[in-house]
Amino acid sequence: MILDSKIPDGPIEKKWDNHRFHMKLVNPANKRKYHVIVVGTGLAGASAAASLAELGYQVTTLSYHESPRRAHSIAAQGGINAPKNYPNDGDSVFRLFYDTVKGGDYRSREANVYRLAQVSGAIIDQCVAQGVPFAREYGGMLDNRSFGGAQVSRTFYARGQTGQQLLLGAYSALIRQMGTGAVRFFERREMLDLVVVEGRARGVVARNLTTGTLESFLGDAVLLATGGYSNAFFLSTNAMMCNATATWRAHKRGALFANPCFTQIHPTCIPVSSGHQSKLTLMSESLRNDGRIWVPKKKGDDRAPNSIPEDERDYYLERLYPSFGNLVPRDVASRRAKEMCDKGHGVGSTRLAVYLDFADTIERHGKAWVEEKYGNLFDMYKQITGEDGYGTPMRIYPAVHYTMGGLWVDYNLMSTIPGLFVLGEANFSDHGANRLGASALMQGLADGYFIIPYTIGDYLASTSFPKIEESHPAVQKAEAGIAALTQKLMDVQGSTPVDVLHKELGKILWEHCGMTRNKAGLEEALKLIPALRERFWKDVKITGTPDGFNQELEKAHRVVDFLELGELMVRDALHRNESCGGHFREESQTPEGEAKRNDAKFSYVAAWEYAGTGAKPKLHKEPLAFEYVKPSQRSYK
Amino acid sequence: MSGTMTISLKVWRQRDSDSEGRFVDYVLSDVSPDMSFLEMLDLLNLELVRKGDDAIAFDHDCREGICGTCSLYINGRAHGPLKGVTACQLHMRTFHDGESITVEPWRAKPFPIIKDLVVDRSAFDRIMAAGGFVSVHTGGAPDANTILIAKETAEEAMDAAACIGCGACVAACKNGSAMLFVAAKVSQLALLPQGQAERKARVEAMLAQMDAEGFGACSNTYACEAECPKQISVSHIARLNREYLRAKLA
Ligand SMILES: Cc1cc2nc3c(=O)[nH]c(=O)nc-3n(C[C@H](O)[C@H](O)[C@H](O)COP(=O)(O)OP(=O)(O)OC[C@H]3O[C@@H](n4cnc5c(N)ncnc54)[C@H](O)[C@@H]3O)c2cc1C
Ligand code: FES
Repeated sequence: MILDSKIPDGPIEKKWDNHRFHMKLVNPANKRKYHVIVVGTGLAGASAAASLAELGYQVTTLSYHESPRRAHSIAAQGGINAPKNYPNDGDSVFRLFYDTVKGGDYRSREANVYRLAQVSGAIIDQCVAQGVPFAREYGGMLDNRSFGGAQVSRTFYARGQTGQQLLLGAYSALIRQMGTGAVRFFERREMLDLVVVEGRARGVVARNLTTGTLESFLGDAVLLATGGYSNAFFLSTNAMMCNATATWRAHKRGALFANPCFTQIHPTCIPVSSGHQSKLTLMSESLRNDGRIWVPKKKGDDRAPNSIPEDERDYYLERLYPSFGNLVPRDVASRRAKEMCDKGHGVGSTRLAVYLDFADTIERHGKAWVEEKYGNLFDMYKQITGEDGYGTPMRIYPAVHYTMGGLWVDYNLMSTIPGLFVLGEANFSDHGANRLGASALMQGLADGYFIIPYTIGDYLASTSFPKIEESHPAVQKAEAGIAALTQKLMDVQGSTPVDVLHKELGKILWEHCGMTRNKAGLEEALKLIPALRERFWKDVKITGTPDGFNQELEKAHRVVDFLELGELMVRDALHRNESCGGHFREESQTPEGEAKRNDAKFSYVAAWEYAGTGAKPKLHKEPLAFEYVKPSQRSYK
Repeated sequence: MSGTMTISLKVWRQRDSDSEGRFVDYVLSDVSPDMSFLEMLDLLNLELVRKGDDAIAFDHDCREGICGTCSLYINGRAHGPLKGVTACQLHMRTFHDGESITVEPWRAKPFPIIKDLVVDRSAFDRIMAAGGFVSVHTGGAPDANTILIAKETAEEAMDAAACIGCGACVAACKNGSAMLFVAAKVSQLALLPQGQAERKARVEAMLAQMDAEGFGACSNTYACEAECPKQISVSHIARLNREYLRAKLA
């Protein structure tokens, strides 16, 4: 298989325009003859489904949620980037492009990132036109704030609820199309397989989560906008139902999985309190704009934070990175927090936390100012920990948050299965080895509003589609396969509930394939995961019946896939014997403890081909070329 | 963590929408005060599954109070005893050792029960589809800063837009009215310049759909505001009423 990224010719600022001109168009009257299946209604899926329906395509969407508005995108807090340069502080398309390539530690595709930066301004315009209530200045203009990894203010936000407001905007566009019948939405449907006919993606098999029946949704192209796989770790900041089943099962049907070990650990989360914990809660990194991070200089210092004098505190990010200070990228901030705790400077009862302190800001601007900007985050902290973050510094610790890896896609967002497009967090495309804050919302909406509407037309117009019905052997076979898998799960009748086994997987991944990784640990994980998988298939216990609403069964299907994907994450991490962005191999660091890339050997996208459960997958490489942003050791000093 | 607690639970169990439901009693020990309410239910479900019983079905996802999925009626109150807090953000430290807790689904005709504590809220989507949007196509929007919006107006619109669509307002209302839910959207878009063109049609269509779904009339008791986890103000209902009058008079 040759990975053709289909990057258009020409200078980088002209590539997308040239490409748009050269792509085939579907005649307006013909659009309604094509039927597109969109799985997922987060920012990427909702914006795509609405935009395609507006163009005239027939669209069917499905989601395991009860409503499109519940998608995990709703939880994003901090903001969305666009180089509007409203603050007049030197921003430009090129600077956003540059920051994103650099932030991703030179492991992303330049052409994709440039296009992302190019279309991002229009996203803000679109959202405002929909009525998204972004924060404003007194004069009525839009307000911006700064975010990690950037020295300009380019982040648009709606209090601490940016994801909610953007998703409700996309949802409103989608629901308008649902109202006219242009989009048909199927709620509580979980895609469990991809239907591939004559080498092309033609539909999906889904389980109706209310009735338990299997249903097939068939069409001319399939879009997966199904989000990331952070929940492989069990504990993450993702919503409880987030999972990798759609992408993993497409992978098993032939879609290559790219850079699975590129996972992001977010620095500002509420620390784990004990074993019963079901998820971790993120507090927007915008807090790092005004909060200062520190630990006591003395190891094991038990004093209350407010009684530790200024000169006995180590504001380690400000000390190590004088120019970016507390605003270094996430991977750097997370790793440094772990390092401080590993060295014995951690705080709180578990000693796995550092302080995030607002005292200086409150003194400078007053409590009301802080409340207006971050009130909901302080409330959230209080609800979870029972403590008041205004009076004493908050305790934070890194947590798994985002996955840069995902299904491999070309410049058109098409996977290695023709007709299968992948959007949003589910694809691998734009963030390299580390995503900058406020860039996922931007990417999801770019993919859905402004990229797929063009690229899908080119595919549809240049392909002829034999009619396909449910009676087609490929559909029947896929349905029968899922029915058998479901029965196999129900039949195990072991003694351990799904969650318990999932937590064990999470622990293995966190310990050996988490914030830092090394050869011995990864090799250990490669033994532990297959053993756990075997135990799962002998000992999992699922109660209830398969022919009705059954959340234990839903979780079991998801964990089956995490147990396979987890192994691939580890394999990928083991093969990539360099550090880059969120992937930190202890063997490969600078004397100052920063990630040290090996460009000569690893300047490529690692795209894995499935070879059977437990079998060694085949590695394909897409070489990366950097013509505009020359790779250098990232420095935030 | 200050020791563990033992909790008595009375939970609504119902096989599916066609079956009769009933309360089932459970006693759960080793509940930590640091657990969230849903983590307490997770713990109970682990016990049930280990015993071979069907786990209690309940809707949840973000567990951060933002997705609007969790929907538990706890001790006779939507989302439980705390003001401005969703069930998923409620922690067991709010309860005391030995306390009995009753857990029910949202009860309202337009929200039929799917199983146990899970209800079907698709009526909300249909109300939104009737008019809860600004009709703009993707592409061609003017530069965002050509629309100036006073900060106070933007803030007020944001207060309304904070609705998470959980349905607590309906569950709390003795008439099962969805006025606060509808008002939040109508008010947000009535406040903003972007919403002006469709102002009249929107309020009429959304209210008509609300009636068609079988939601009741506003009871004027403000139970919705009291139980709303996002503390959406009933002043938005007043604006909704003005919008409706304005549409009728125009
Ligand atoms: C707490 C938190 C805060 C964040 N804050 C920010 C921020 O401030 N700025 C930023 O840029 N990014 C942020 N992010 C990241 C960002 O929110 C996500 O990357 C992004 O929203 C993902 O959008 P998506 O459309 O790709 O997927 P999602 O929103 O996850 O949607 C996935 C959709 O797919 C459906 N689905 C999945 N699998 C199936 C299946 N098998 N069958 C049927 N349906 C399926 C789901 O029902 C859902 O509708 C944050 C993330 C978290 C966790
Ligand atoms: S689970 Fe999302 S609001 Fe409670």
